[in-house]
Parts: sequence; C-alpha cells; structure tokens
Amino acid sequence: MTKTMIVNGKAVSFDKEKNMLEVIRGAGIELPTFCYYSELSIYGACRMCLVEDKRGNVVAACSEPPKDGAEIKTHTPRLQKQRKNTMELLLSSHDRDCLTCSKSGNCKLQDLSMLLGVDKVRFGKTDEKLPIDTSSLSIVRDPNKCILCGDCVRVCEEIQGIGVIGFTHRGANAQVAPPFGKNLNEVDCIDCGLCVSHCPTAALEVKSEAEAVFEALYNPQKMTAAQVAPAVKVSFGEAFGLKAGEITTGKVVGALKALGFDMVFDTSFGADLTVMEESDELSRRLSSGENLPLFTSCCPAWVKFAEFNYPSYLKNISTCRSPQQMLGSLVKDYYAGKSDRKVYMVSVMPCTAKKDEVKNPKFSKDGLFDVDAVITVKELVKMVKTAGLVYDEIEELPFDMPFGFTTGAGLIFGVTGGVTEAVLRTLDPGKAVYTQLRGLEGIKEYTATFGDRSVKAAVVSGIQNAKDLIAKIESGEASYDIIEVMACPGGCVNGAGQPFAPHSSKTRLRGEGLYKNDKQMQFVSSKENPVIEKLYNDFLGKPGSPKAHELLHTHYTSRKRLHEMELAFEPSKTEKTEEIKVCVGTCCYLNGAYDIFKQFQDIIAEKGINATLNATFCFENCKESPCVKIGDTLYGKVSKEEVENFLKNL
Amino acid sequence: MIANATIFESLKNDLLEKGKRIGTKVLVCAGTGCVAGGALDIHAKIESLAREYGLPTDIQMASESEQILHAVPSGCHGFCEMGPLVRIEPEGTLYVKVTVDDVEEIVKKTLVAGEIVERLTYKHPVTKVSYANEHDIPFYAQQTRIVLERCGAINPEDINEYIASGGYSALVKAFEMSPEQVCKIVSDSKLRGRGGGGFPTGRKWESVRRQNTDIKYVICNGDEGDPGAFMDRSIMEGDPHAVIEGMIIGGYASGAKFGYIYVRAEYPLAVARLQNAIEQAREYGFLGENILSSGFSFDLRINKGAGAFVCGEGSALQESIEGKRGMPRVKPPRTVEKGLYGKPTLLNNVETFANVPSIMLKGAEWFVSLGTENNSGTKAFALTGNINNTGLIEVPMGVKLKTIVEDIGGGVPEGRKFKAVQIGGPSGGCLTEQHMDLTIDFDSLDSAGAMMGSGGLVVMDDKACMIEVARFFMSFTQKESCGKCVPCREGTKRMLKIMGDIVEGRGTMEDIALLEDLSETVTLGSLCGLGKTAANPILTTLRYFKNEYISHVRDKKCPAGVCKKLMTYEIIAAACKGCTKCKRVCPVQAIEGVVKQPFVIIQEKCIKCGACLEICPFNAVREV
Repeated sequence: MTKTMIVNGKAVSFDKEKNMLEVIRGAGIELPTFCYYSELSIYGACRMCLVEDKRGNVVAACSEPPKDGAEIKTHTPRLQKQRKNTMELLLSSHDRDCLTCSKSGNCKLQDLSMLLGVDKVRFGKTDEKLPIDTSSLSIVRDPNKCILCGDCVRVCEEIQGIGVIGFTHRGANAQVAPPFGKNLNEVDCIDCGLCVSHCPTAALEVKSEAEAVFEALYNPQKMTAAQVAPAVKVSFGEAFGLKAGEITTGKVVGALKALGFDMVFDTSFGADLTVMEESDELSRRLSSGENLPLFTSCCPAWVKFAEFNYPSYLKNISTCRSPQQMLGSLVKDYYAGKSDRKVYMVSVMPCTAKKDEVKNPKFSKDGLFDVDAVITVKELVKMVKTAGLVYDEIEELPFDMPFGFTTGAGLIFGVTGGVTEAVLRTLDPGKAVYTQLRGLEGIKEYTATFGDRSVKAAVVSGIQNAKDLIAKIESGEASYDIIEVMACPGGCVNGAGQPFAPHSSKTRLRGEGLYKNDKQMQFVSSKENPVIEKLYNDFLGKPGSPKAHELLHTHYTSRKRLHEMELAFEPSKTEKTEEIKVCVGTCCYLNGAYDIFKQFQDIIAEKGINATLNATFCFENCKESPCVKIGDTLYGKVSKEEVENFLKNL
Repeated sequence: MIANATIFESLKNDLLEKGKRIGTKVLVCAGTGCVAGGALDIHAKIESLAREYGLPTDIQMASESEQILHAVPSGCHGFCEMGPLVRIEPEGTLYVKVTVDDVEEIVKKTLVAGEIVERLTYKHPVTKVSYANEHDIPFYAQQTRIVLERCGAINPEDINEYIASGGYSALVKAFEMSPEQVCKIVSDSKLRGRGGGGFPTGRKWESVRRQNTDIKYVICNGDEGDPGAFMDRSIMEGDPHAVIEGMIIGGYASGAKFGYIYVRAEYPLAVARLQNAIEQAREYGFLGENILSSGFSFDLRINKGAGAFVCGEGSALQESIEGKRGMPRVKPPRTVEKGLYGKPTLLNNVETFANVPSIMLKGAEWFVSLGTENNSGTKAFALTGNINNTGLIEVPMGVKLKTIVEDIGGGVPEGRKFKAVQIGGPSGGCLTEQHMDLTIDFDSLDSAGAMMGSGGLVVMDDKACMIEVARFFMSFTQKESCGKCVPCREGTKRMLKIMGDIVEGRGTMEDIALLEDLSETVTLGSLCGLGKTAANPILTTLRYFKNEYISHVRDKKCPAGVCKKLMTYEIIAAACKGCTKCKRVCPVQAIEGVVKQPFVIIQEKCIKCGACLEICPFNAVREV
C-alpha cells in the first residue's frame, strides 16, 4: 500500500525514504541543508530544512520520519524568513571575504545566501582571526570559514573510522579542530581529503601547488613532464559544463601542453606496470603461502593508515610503488643523462593524499624527488583559466611516447575494484570483465577460479570498511588472497581533488566513464601492452628483477606512536634468550608495573636467568593492566607473585 | 540484607518501637547553606554538651525507662534566610540564626529546663511578632511540605530513619502490583515532570514500559543548572533515599535494571549523601539482585557532571554519560525509544522521582486532591532575590503568586516596592504586579507567557533594572550554549551584544526591532530547550517593561539607577563649597573649578567611577 504525504498541497507518495527531507527532495522541491548527508548520521544542526505541519509546528525535515497523511509546507513566509535570518546569523560569524576565497563561485554558503536573498548582514564583523593550519602537505584548514556544520567531523569519524578532527570549546567559541590544539600534521590524519570533499565552504581545502608548477613551467632549466591519472580523464570536463564521466583525455593532454609542459605521460601506463609487478608478487605469495593476504599499495592514504594503526600488516602490503611513483621513478631514470635540463615531474591527480606521498624521502634519489609536485583536477582547472585558455579552443592531443600507451586495465585503476580486476585479467587471460568487482558497495568479494587455481579477492573502499574487514580476518571469520583498499568510497574517481560535487553525486557516472573507456581499448590486460613488453625486454628484465625492485618497489615503516617503545634494557648473558617486556605506561604503572619490573630484575639477577628484560611503552592493553609480554604472548593482570612462576617456566 | 517484605515489616516495626524511646529530637539543618554557617559544629556541640549535662543521647546506653535525646544533622529546613536553624521536636520550637556560642544556652535552657530562648526565636521583620513555634511562622504556615517532608525531619545519612518514617514501604507496595499497575497509579496521579517540561510522568513511564527490548535505563536528572535554583540539591542532600526509592520503582515499572543519577559536580554534598545512601541501600538489599525476593534486580550509580548547563538537557545529558561531547541529539527518536546507548530510557527530574514513593503509599487520588485541575501535587521553589524570607519552599500547585511573595516570602525588604518575579531562570519569564493573583501552575504560567521551569523564583524590587536582568540571563545562556545549532550559537551571541549595547547607552530603536526579530528566529529554529527558551527573559521584559527599554535606548537613562554607563554625575552648585577634593580624586581630570567656587563635571570625560560622590564631604555630588 503506498503511503502519501501532502507537500505544499500536492500528494507525494513515499516508500523507503528515511526522512521527510528525502521525500520532499524526491518530489522535486529543493530544501537547503548544510549538515545533511544521507550516508552520514543525522546531525540536525544547521536548521535550514525546517518545515511546517498543518498545526503550524516546525520540525527539521532531515530528522523527521515520513508520516502517511502528514500535511507539510516547506516555503511559507514564516519559514522563508526563518531561513534567511538563520543564514544571516551564519554569515555574521563567517569570514565574508569571498573575493579572495578559493571557493568563490563554487561555494555552498555563497550559493544559498544568494538563493535566500540575503542582502545585508545586520551584525558587525567577526571578532578575531583564528590561525590557519597549513601544516599538512595536502589539506589547508581555515577555521574562519567554518560554519560548524560538522560534516567533516562525521565523515572522518563514521566513513573513515578515524576521527582526527572534532568539535572543541563551547558555544560561540566552538571550533572544529584536531585534539589538544594540534595541527593536522601532528595527528593521525591520512590526507584522504574526505573532509575537503564534504566541506560546504573553504574551511577545508586542497593545498595548492599551482604556483610552484607555473614557476617550473616558465623555468628554462627545467624539462617539465606531466602524468595524468585515469580518474582525471572522466572529471576534467565537469568544470567546463560537460557531464561527469565524459572522456576528455585529449583535452587534458592538450591543456597541459598549452600550459607549457614538454611531455605529457599517462599514469595508466604506470598502472599497467604496477599490475605486472603486483601480479608477479601475488603469484609468488600464492605459491609460498606467505604474507597472505596481499594488500594493494597504490592508495597512499590507506598505506599511511596502515602504518599508523596496523603495523603488523605492513608485511602484507604489496611492495609495489603506486602507479604515479613507478612512472615518476622510471621517467627520471630514463631521462637522466639524456638532457642537461632536469626533469620536473608533475602528477595530475584526483587525490589529496598523493601530495603527501610524493614528499616521502624514500621516493627521492640524491635529494631529488621522483615526482616533484602533485596538482589536483581542481588546481588544473584553475591553472587553465588563469592561463587564459578557452576550453573549446584547446587542441585535443595524444599522450607522448614511450610512457603514454595504456591498456584498459590501467584505466580502471581509478574506480574501486579496478586494481583487482586488472590483476585478475593478467592472471587469467581468458576473462576480461568482472562485474562482481564493479559497483559502489563498500565491501565486495569474489573468488576467481581459473584452471586449478583460485584467488579469493576482497575490495573495500572507505577506511571504516577496511577496519571491519580486518576485524573479520583477525577473528577468523574470513580470509582472502588479495585485498584492494581505497580510502575514498567509490575509489579515486571520488577523490577530494575532483571538481566539487555536493553529495558525491558524480562518482557513479565517473566510474562508468572509465569502464566505457576501458571497453574502447584494443588491449584489456596489462601483459598485452607492447610498450610494457619492450620495457621489460630492453630494460627491466622481468617482474621482480633487481632493477624492477630498485625503481618500482618500496618498503613501509611503522608509524604507530609509542607502541612497544623500548625504554630500559637489561641485556642477557648469552645469544639465544627469551624476551621479557614489562609495560610501564601510565595505567600499568598505576597498577604496580614498576614493582613487577623490579621483581623481574631481582629474580633474574639472583638466579642468573637467561632472559632479556625490557621496559616498554605501551601495549595498549590498559583494561588488563599491568601487562607483561614474554616472547610473543601478552599476559594481563600480572601480579608480583606470578613473576617467579613466569621465570621458572621460561 | 533484607530478604523479603515480611522481614522488612518486622525491621520497620523494630525501628518504630525504638523511635518511641526518643523523647526529644534536635534537628540541626545541615543543608549546604547552613553547613557553611557552621551547622556541623553546632550539631557536634549540642551532642557533646547534652551528654555533659547528663541527657541520654545513646539508645544503647540509656535505661529502659529513659527517653533519649536524638540530635540529628538533617536536610534543608527551607528557611535559609534565617539559618543556621535548629528545631526541637516534638514541640516544634525553632531557633534561628544560631551560632556555636548559642548552643550552651539552648542546651541548658531548652533541652534541660524546657524553656524557650526568646532572643533566638523568629521575629517577623514587618509585624515584629515573635514566633517560638515553627508551625505558626507564616513562612511555614502556608506551605505544604510533601516532597520536602523529610528534609529537616530525619538524618539523611541514616537509612533506618528513612525506613522508620515510611521509606521503602512504597517499594514493597509496588512489588505487590504489576509494572503496568504502577504506571497506571502514576498516570492517575497526574504527576507532571518537575524539571520544567511538565510532561505527564505516568505517560512517560508507560511509553518506556511498552518498549520491547531487554535492556532499558533509568536516569535521574540532578544537573540543576538554573542560577539560583537549589530545590533538587536540597532534596538530594536532605532525602536521598526518596530519590533512590523513586528510581527503583521507576525501574520496576518500566523494565529497566540499571539507573544513573546525573549530579552536577558543583554539588559535592549531594553527591556524597547520595553515594552514602546508595551503599546503605545495597547493604539492605534494596539495590542489587532479586530485591526483597521480588525477582526484580536493579542497581544505580552516580555520574558526575562537568560544569555544563546544557547537560541538563535530557539528550545532552545522555551524550555526557556516554562519554561524548554534551550536545543535544536530534529528536526523533525520543529518549523513551532510543535513549542512553540507544536503549529505551526513563529520564525524570529529582523532584519527580522524589514524589513517587508518597504517591504509591497515599494513592493517586490524594495527590490529585492537592493542586489544580491537570496540575496536581505540590512544587518546591527556591525563593531568592529582594525578598525578606529567602529559602526553599513547597506549595500546592495553584497557589497565588501573592501568597508566595507576601505571606510566605514576607514581602520585599526595606519597605521597597515589588517590581517583578523572574520565574524559571534563564528559560523563564517575569511576572509583574498585575500577576499577583495568578495561580502558579504549569498551564496558567504558560498562558501568561512565563514558564514554571525547575522552580527558581527571583523577586525584584524597584531598584532592579529589568534590562540588566534580561541581559544577565542572556549572558548565562550564551556562555552555556553548546554551539551545535546555528540559531542558538549565533543568535544568543548577537542578542547578548545588543543587550550589552543597550545597557551601555549605545542602543537604538532598530536594536529593539532586531531583538524581537532575533528572538523569533532563535525560538523557532533552535535544536533544544536551551535555545528554544533563551529569548524568554528578553521577550517577557519587552512585553511588560517596554518603557524601560525605550528609556535606555531613546533617553539613554536607566530608571532603576543600575546601568552605570547611563548614569550621570552632577555637582549641585548650591551645595558645593569648592573644596577641590573631587577634582583631585578624579582619575580622568573630568572636574573643573576654581577654589571656593562651585565645581563642574565635564560629562564627555566622565567615566562614571563615582569617586567624586564618595569623597565629597558636603553631599554635593549626585547620581542622576
């Protein structure tokens, strides 16, 4: 039986909508909101979506469940005045310097303010200017532009399961910030930029490298090379009126050449290379059975997350560099010695985390980075406009060889499930389309069988989904051979560097664009790429070779703060020794850890026991404090009396 | 451990028997206020001196025929203006403003010799009549102390005194009924939430009872954040077991097995007395597994607040208990469906829970017989401000404002004129002279544009500036706003700024229009009760004291003489002897004059510090 609501006098039927807002929007009436995202929890703070029932009671449409027979009015004079006043109040505390704001023309606050007809702000200017946080390599945080909608807080907390920014202070002094007054680079931010893509103003924005790139372009000493990520090809046109998903590769290359780049290469070529190395890596691990599951490594936000939180899984992450890093390293090596001009490599990416990835010292040689700068699509669009280029007039051009030829496999890297599909295409030349790996679900699984081999694959996008999957693996509920992790839900096409699209509405279209492009390619599997074949024959040898390892592989380091940090060291008498670690973190200390350590010390000395005694900080097992680790086993609630037993049983 | 009802009854009878051995009870008020005045020392001295004078104080030591003297530090007696208070039962003699030095005379004359110490009795400030007996004092005569009955009558730290006075008998009675029946009694009593919302309590209990989950919670809201309100504090300090018993009955009726009492951290005595009561209740088996062999298990713990007024809002309170930032949640879902940790939760105010035991024992009809239609029972109020008898009072719903202010309150002191009563704290409104015959209950106050609130009543005389009062409440609300929703966070900030401008002489007529506009925006758009009622003080003062606003804004004058920036200092030429004292003391050289000639204050330079007025030996400087 259909249920109906009467909205502004018209009957609107509804079924599964979660709230009145969805019903009203479904009826074609645009109710403004700042703090509503269907994939996030309902916050109800901006108060823009207020509607009136027939008794004149006012409710927030985002939190009110739809009711059969309810009569709702959305734009009465009273409500319009209310929204206008609320907007005026928002503007009263906002940095109203639109002219110099990077979001101007693309700002939800600006749009809504004009829509509501706010023509004056009857209150004075904002009081003080809060410091802008430019500590991160990828994201700029400007609290003066924040309207405290909380979208960034909720997306980091709920979709990523990280929660690196939150509300601090109270009332009119409330601020969204990292804890304890720290800057973004001082906390566990993984630079995924989901906060940026959800921020309706410029409070959180991408850090621009356009200036540095322009300088390099006009520097005759530099040979400028660009590489273009697949996700860029299907979103660049959006800024110029085209639909999301339209393949605009020719225009991107043409624009870059027009800006002055000497060479423009295809990151998808790098992706094909990644597939070669990673398939080889997976095959080896499947044979030996070691270090499975294999986690993909092309998403730098995921890698940073793993280094912060799951150091024990670092051995499972593929040692392959990301496509941009592989290509960067290859290009620098290829052109070294071929010219007296130094190569300046710029990646055009949909991604904020890439900006942080390229500045990692492990991706530099003799002080020169493999990739010198990363610009997002947003920045490229701005650069095109700044340089006076007219989109329609840009000549469509092809990528430069040798690093400009790609297969379909390299293209689909930009969408969630693409990396896994690309790898499977190489392992099983008989199959080219894996529909089970496609789509926007956060967790997908598929077991590929070919011949007598089977490969269990899982694909996750969104870090909370990755956490949930890892939890399932640890509990023994599930096991996989290869796991693809993308920090952005939907994959790179939904990266924070893409043109601003409210509610990530364009993700699906962009992904479909990539699959369409893939269908148009003559070669679907990376192995078939003739340039890749030549590269291996002439230069690299074969996948996994020493040369390949030198240029195309990397290593990872635990960045877990204070985890098992060793403090005091009691060396043992002989080589082969049992390792004893006593946690002396605050909680364990309060529960007698020092006494336990001393007890260990005394008995070891007294009985001349062969053991290495360390004090460490911390095991993060506070509920069971005090904790002692002997070898690989962690013991909780250890008492002084048990120490003697432990030492006896060594 | 009391295993069942039968054992309980026999314990109770035992206690009542023992109670008959008490000949005299000396109740020393030990609420926070009187404790600050030295009550605990007074109590200790009474006990030790009584023993010195040979009065038996220990029931174990006394002989069978001897009647003992029981000196008790009790809960709040209510007559805070006159504290420290000492009452002697059974006579009902009340001594006021007692000091430790008075104790000797009290013991010698009254306790030993049975005579009244005249100088320590209460004297009405206006009529000058003396009252030796508490029951005759007008302050008490007009009150109906039900929820405050035990405050001042028993030792709140002794569960036996609670049981002897009828405590936990309601629980026994509740266990004889089904949870549905208990809910019905509370519904029939028409008890409405005493925290300010006035929501029908029985309906709330029934809603939670109906939820089909195995985990439910009971929460008692003891956050009492209104400035000047201390009803809940006094109940928690003076009769903590009543709150606990009410919560256990609430748990039984709704199906919850665990409860939290959220007490603001600024009430350490209440926290201590509640904690003590919880431990005693556990010892006796009123909390824990299979209470009184009923099959029902229930336990409680105290959760302290951390200094946020907004955490008195039900959903913000739950966020706080969950360890999160104290910001209100969107509703729906309502607390009765998805409350603490997402489970159905029964959340009620301290006074609401404290009323439950007497309703169970005396019946719903009895409760309805007090108060007015749809507003049954009594309400505790904290009466403060420009009133002779500041203190804690309890009256039936429907009593006239005049009764509270004049009969109980004793009128405005120093012969000043009554101007207004602020009722409901920062969420409430003011009542004026024209409301003297207004009956004080939820519905009547609603139609007068005011609000019952939690029970704070601040009386103001003609020397109070209503604009400053509204500004004060707005500054409180603005500081306590959590910052989540736009209308409250930004609206209160702007309204406060305008009020600040008005009291400092920078207000314009447009500002008044802007205040009205903003009030509507904030009231309509705010997410929670704090924001929704934040504009009330301004709205009611605009309604009843518009002329004061106009005075401040158009004439730049404060009729009450409170707003310093609107006062002008002038020298009365006729009285000025030109002694130069004022000129020399002025910190900004705003006074000019020649010796032996009248001096003059230059208004543009004057910073209105008042130093000249203070120093003038001829009273030639006046404030206008």
